Amino acid sequence: MKDMTPETDTLEVRIWRGRDEGRFETYEVPARENQTVLDVVSEVQRHHEPALAYRFACRVGVCGSCAMTVNGKPRWTCRTHVQKVVDGGALTIEPLRNMPRIKDLATDMTDFFDKWHRAGGRFEGTRTRHDPIQPVDPESRARKNANAGIECINCAVCYAACDVVAWDDDYVGPAALNRAWTLLNDEKHGDQRGTLDAATAAGGCGSCHTQGSCMKHCPVGISPTRSIAGIKRMSLMDFLNMRGK
Amino acid sequence: MSDASVSRPRNAARNHRSYAAFIGHRLSGVALAVFLPLHFLALGLALEGRAALDGFLAYAENPLVKFAEWGLVILLGLHLCFGIRLLVVELLPWRGDDDDRAGLIGWGLALAILVGVVFLWGVI
Ligand code: SF4
Ligand code: SF4
Ligand code: FES
Repeated sequence: MKDMTPETDTLEVRIWRGRDEGRFETYEVPARENQTVLDVVSEVQRHHEPALAYRFACRVGVCGSCAMTVNGKPRWTCRTHVQKVVDGGALTIEPLRNMPRIKDLATDMTDFFDKWHRAGGRFEGTRTRHDPIQPVDPESRARKNANAGIECINCAVCYAACDVVAWDDDYVGPAALNRAWTLLNDEKHGDQRGTLDAATAAGGCGSCHTQGSCMKHCPVGISPTRSIAGIKRMSLMDFLNMRGK
Repeated sequence: MSDASVSRPRNAARNHRSYAAFIGHRLSGVALAVFLPLHFLALGLALEGRAALDGFLAYAENPLVKFAEWGLVILLGLHLCFGIRLLVVELLPWRGDDDDRAGLIGWGLALAILVGVVFLWGVI
């Protein structure tokens, strides 16, 4: 940022305090050349507001625990540079949408994870450790489909971005369906039928309106929209008895 | 410092073309749902006999009604094109991870406008 000479300049940071009822508190922290949104939140917690509640663990974009709403968009804060998102020297930081709030920036992610199971996301192995390893062709289409979705870090950014999740409590959401799609493309998964049935049940892939907000915001570049389209196509083929193996 | 004047920022996660297409598809769908019963009413009147239909057709010549019809034709074009895009997204293979055929949104809009122009042509 041009107008940001270190030393002197400050950021105006508004942070949500409280639960559903609450208020924005404004803090001033030094603007630095290299600073992530999580750095800013940590700085506020250490120097201004020791009781500020927020979550993080790895700081390097692996654990998926640090997501918050930053200037209106869901983001992983540990890998979001302030310079990229700051708006007129100001940052507004809120908890993620679509999940019950606990306190300040921390949300209750129980439903989000329960829905992974509802969408058929549990892996069922078919072999034991005594069997030989099942070979998987890395070039097969199914494996490529699975690879495209398996790096999900469970951050719930997509879940917070999706309006259908906001409108329909029953909808399992993009991350859970993306997980189901990776299993449906995993030759080692034993319960294909169960996963397809769960992912296409009420509140499953049929609820998605292809708004694409999930795919626009996923920090690791996964496209749940694509995965969900895949499940829809697979369920149609299945219905027509044309599903290839 | 607590500041009650700070308002909540709007949900910026919606600022992209695919979301706009979703809204366009939904609103045109609702408008068509309102219009279609009238359309079937007109068809029904045609079955009932000449007088009834003529009465309705005279009403349909009213410029305001014509204007509404014109809007509906555009909405129908829009709904059709955006619906086709969804079928393409959901049924055809994807060409890339973030390729939700946003290009078809512009084409759909253009086609709907073209249909509107052609309709005007026919009316005037
Ligand atoms: S594509 Fe589906 S899951 Fe993703 S944001 Fe849109 S409605 Fe939600
Ligand atoms: S799909 Fe992307 S945005 Fe959604 S939980 Fe996984 S990593 Fe996060
Ligand atoms: S702290 Fe682990 S992903 Fe951000």
